[in-house]
Amino acid sequence: MSDAKSLRVAYGEALVELGTKNSKVVVLDADLAHATMTSMFADRYPDRFFNYGIAEQNLMSAAAGFAHSGLIPFASTFALFGAGRAYEIIRNAIAYNNTNVKIACSHSGISVGEDGGSHQSIEDIGLMRLIPNMTVLVPCDPIEMKKAIAAAATINGPVYIRVARPVVSNITTEDTQFEIGKVVTLREGTDVALISTGLMTERALHAALMLEKEGISTKVVNVHSLKPFDVTTIRQIAKSVKGIVTAEEHSVIGGLASAVSESLVGTLPQGFGFEKVAIMDTFGKSGKPEDLFSYFHLTAEDIANKARSIARRK
Amino acid sequence: MDIASQTVKARELRADVLTMLYKSQSGHPGGSLSCVEILMALYYNVANINPQDPHWEDRDRIVLSKGHAAPILYAILADLHYFPKSDLSSFRQIDSHLQGHPDMVKTLGVDVNTGSLGQGAAIAGGMANAAKYLKKDYQVFAILGDGELQEGLIWEASMAASHYKLDNLTFLLDHNGLQIDGTNEQVMSLGDIIAKYEAFGFSCFKVDGHDIQAIVEALNAPTEGKPKFICCETVKGKGVSFMENQAGWHGKAPNKEQYVQAMKELGVEVNV
Repeated sequence: MSDAKSLRVAYGEALVELGTKNSKVVVLDADLAHATMTSMFADRYPDRFFNYGIAEQNLMSAAAGFAHSGLIPFASTFALFGAGRAYEIIRNAIAYNNTNVKIACSHSGISVGEDGGSHQSIEDIGLMRLIPNMTVLVPCDPIEMKKAIAAAATINGPVYIRVARPVVSNITTEDTQFEIGKVVTLREGTDVALISTGLMTERALHAALMLEKEGISTKVVNVHSLKPFDVTTIRQIAKSVKGIVTAEEHSVIGGLASAVSESLVGTLPQGFGFEKVAIMDTFGKSGKPEDLFSYFHLTAEDIANKARSIARRK
Repeated sequence: MDIASQTVKARELRADVLTMLYKSQSGHPGGSLSCVEILMALYYNVANINPQDPHWEDRDRIVLSKGHAAPILYAILADLHYFPKSDLSSFRQIDSHLQGHPDMVKTLGVDVNTGSLGQGAAIAGGMANAAKYLKKDYQVFAILGDGELQEGLIWEASMAASHYKLDNLTFLLDHNGLQIDGTNEQVMSLGDIIAKYEAFGFSCFKVDGHDIQAIVEALNAPTEGKPKFICCETVKGKGVSFMENQAGWHGKAPNKEQYVQAMKELGVEVNV
């Protein structure tokens, strides 16, 4: 548990590191460079940074233009204005012709906090998963962020990377496997599997510790790759436990819960437990991030409660 | 090719457009016929391109932002041998590389996918900015529809083009005055387009959009470090009497009698 830092700072650092290694990398932002932390890249490589002002549709279109010229653009803004406002541009100008644009959007989910519902993207994973050709990555800690950015640059095609705002500790290590399209089991267990993504993975690990003390053996599976999705491993995991709990800082519609459901439908035995910790089809609101996690029932305790209900089943 | 023979070529290309639309019984005649000379000014006169090397990285880029005019783009690309002319008869069919709107993945010679209005112009701006960054000499041309100017993205892209001093970027407006629901004035007035583009920091030109020589001269005119805007005054449905200036011919294919009549006006006798 070292090197706690905001995932957006981890993103900024990862961009600088990537930019040093790969001269084709350029960065575009929409007047949020000091919030998305692309400012770190801008400070280091001012001639490779392009501010497109408060114009997210043009941000994404221009990024496509840079990619068509052989460059590897990273376009950043807040998740709601990237995945949301510029959705159709991402769909038609970037994904439709498999253009090599990386879309890294910060301030995802309710962890945005005080800015409130208008700025809290609870649907970006779903929106991006819907688009053919798109890869969707949701890093859970600073180490995974660095790996995700490096991996995104190796793909010739569009990638969406969800960048959360809060400061988080590393829960993975440099040696933890990171392969696009694969889940990572962070902890073994035999009763219940907690399948989580992004900021919820740290909470899932806390829940597993609580459950262990109660004699419930809990597996924790981190999903950094929402698309492509590791259907094979998720099915194997489901066969090894009595039930699963999905956990995400996203709407229960379209995100991790949907991806897991889609993977398992028709494969589960009678009585298999399937519980979801997510935002239950409602908008966010203002508040301190931790208060919002409690309000929307996205805490380690909430995950543990769902797991207990499964473990108690006969 | 001299200008006189280009007049003949323009008539042949218009006939190709009508044949494609007749065979597929779908597509957009009005806006395809109005930008024939604009595309000819680029493809046959100004743009530095090589049909033998469609992906040549130093080529000029031509972005048909008004992607629904795909038929005239395909007719020209076929004429320049990017693909066999016989492919034109498969336009919009299930086994064709010629999609309803341009697709760079499927069709050689298409520089970028367009059709969702506003995006082509904005992508062109990104291409031009990338060329500056890469210190490349190529130019980027985008052909815009006038109804398309109602898209907010156009003005985001226009602001950025001026901000980044993209003197390698030219917007050519196919100003035929009509869109699906009627005239621009009826649907959403464009106001003084030249004044707007001047206010946005472009070098502005206004030409007869069916006069290839005039378009070429505007394309070759200096821009003083600014992006260029050429307002091409055109006639929707140009070349077919009953289609001219009719909003109803925006997205409708001719029936048999209309096709025969249109081809006759273009000097081609057809038996269908």
